Amino acid sequence: MSHGLDVLARLAFWLVLAPLVPGIINKVKAWVAGRRGPPLFQLYFDLAKLWRKGVVLSTAVSPGHVAGPAIAWVALMSAALLLPLGPAGAILSFRGDALLFVYLLALARFCTAGAALDTGSAFEGMGAAREVSYAILSEAAVITALLTLAVQTGSLSLGAMLAPAAGPGAAVLAAGLFVVLLAENCRVPFDDPNTHLELTMVHEVMVLDHSGPPLAVILHGASVKLLLFATLLVQAALPLGQWPAGPAAGLLVISLLGVAVGVGLVESLLARLAFQRVPLLLTTAFILCLFALLTSWKASTSSEARQGAMNPAECRCSGTRAAHSAALPGESGGKRA
Amino acid sequence: MTDTVNLFIGLAMGLNLMALASSRIPSIIRIEAAQGMVLGVLPLLLEGEPSALVIAVAAAVVGVKGFLIPSLLRRAMRAAHIDREAAPRLGFVPSLLLGAAATVGALALGLALPLMPEHARLLLVPGSFATIICGLILLMSRTKAITQVCGFLMLENGIYLFGLLLLGSTPLLVEAGILLDLTVAVFVIGIIVDRIQRSFDSLDTRMLTELRE
Repeated sequence: MSHGLDVLARLAFWLVLAPLVPGIINKVKAWVAGRRGPPLFQLYFDLAKLWRKGVVLSTAVSPGHVAGPAIAWVALMSAALLLPLGPAGAILSFRGDALLFVYLLALARFCTAGAALDTGSAFEGMGAAREVSYAILSEAAVITALLTLAVQTGSLSLGAMLAPAAGPGAAVLAAGLFVVLLAENCRVPFDDPNTHLELTMVHEVMVLDHSGPPLAVILHGASVKLLLFATLLVQAALPLGQWPAGPAAGLLVISLLGVAVGVGLVESLLARLAFQRVPLLLTTAFILCLFALLTSWKASTSSEARQGAMNPAECRCSGTRAAHSAALPGESGGKRA
Repeated sequence: MTDTVNLFIGLAMGLNLMALASSRIPSIIRIEAAQGMVLGVLPLLLEGEPSALVIAVAAAVVGVKGFLIPSLLRRAMRAAHIDREAAPRLGFVPSLLLGAAATVGALALGLALPLMPEHARLLLVPGSFATIICGLILLMSRTKAITQVCGFLMLENGIYLFGLLLLGSTPLLVEAGILLDLTVAVFVIGIIVDRIQRSFDSLDTRMLTELRE
């Protein structure tokens, strides 16, 4: 019974709190620009308004046009339930759930892009093509980041992977994940969430033909995704699992607020990048995550070498060193011990 | 101490990749200056109790690489009216990926080499190889003469990093001599850049392929 209540509380956390994040970002942007800005709860009002409206469907679309956003929302919510929430842990946790997490995010993207292509509009097809081509690079960065955490903790379950900080490469990993957060959620250097007129918009163009409840579901799913990436970033960078429950929960909330404020500041201070420059920034994010992986791998191999344990992977990857230690057994063996 | 030194070398390796990714010549010059200063501080960290000579050489390296050479390069740019675009022959993403691959390769090489025990935990050797290769990539893949100077500086930074391995056994006078040579070289290159710009109205080195009377 208490388990059921726990699930309900989690669902309520993601359902109710997620739309607050874009509100905070907009408030920060308004504050930097010296405006009053929309109210903090603007997205809630928008969602309520859209939910009451009817759906206008093009004659060209298949049922997939409505099913796409629904499946994407369910996939995002499932991914959210896999992610641990600081001291409370994850509701669903098993070995390899990090892989499921990545695939659920990919499924959500596939369904959104598929629903956009379904309208048959060239404009939306262009947006879908851009979204998917950005995703090639940002998914590589996310997978590298998860691999870093997996190498460091020796576990493939998100709950265990996110409990300690990402070790020596935590700052690098956090920087990489922040860039990925901006790219995945179509924030400013990659896409402008406010434009509806430019030919260069990415995410907004995919949802142009959606209306009423499906659009509300898409908007809510986008805010869940933003909160999801912010939570992933905070827990990858900070060792929340090693703190007592109360301070850890407080730190989680404060850091999530910090990430939202950071996104708002980035949006106010940066212009969006020229389209050709986007792959460079995403490659940079990927390389940042790759270096975090290298540092954690190096730290784990050197700690194993210090313990004197023979590491088979190390010998396999460096044949020259094995040959050298075979040629000079006494000298190099003495050095390593 | 080891961790601080490794942090500084890691910073220098990150600056390599930033130089490969940046598209504006002034920012490449700024990155080179930052790298020179980061590496200039290293002898102070490597020596437990630095002598007056070490402090003097470190101060000279920081001053020359961080301030003198960048100002010479900026003056050459201003005098020759060079526009800011880096004009790469190889795109930014491929050169960045090449640089990252070189860095990973240098780290793997550092693991495979039989180093002295006191150097095995330091990133000196991988950092120096990575910096040398990134400098070569910058040197080869950009077409303007001034970016090639930046690549040359990065290459020299890598060699300097390797030289720090022998900090105990080479006289620092050698390092000071190299520094002087480098300054004179950059000074001369600044004049040459100006002359190339006046004679050919362009700094594109792809056009400088023939010798004539």
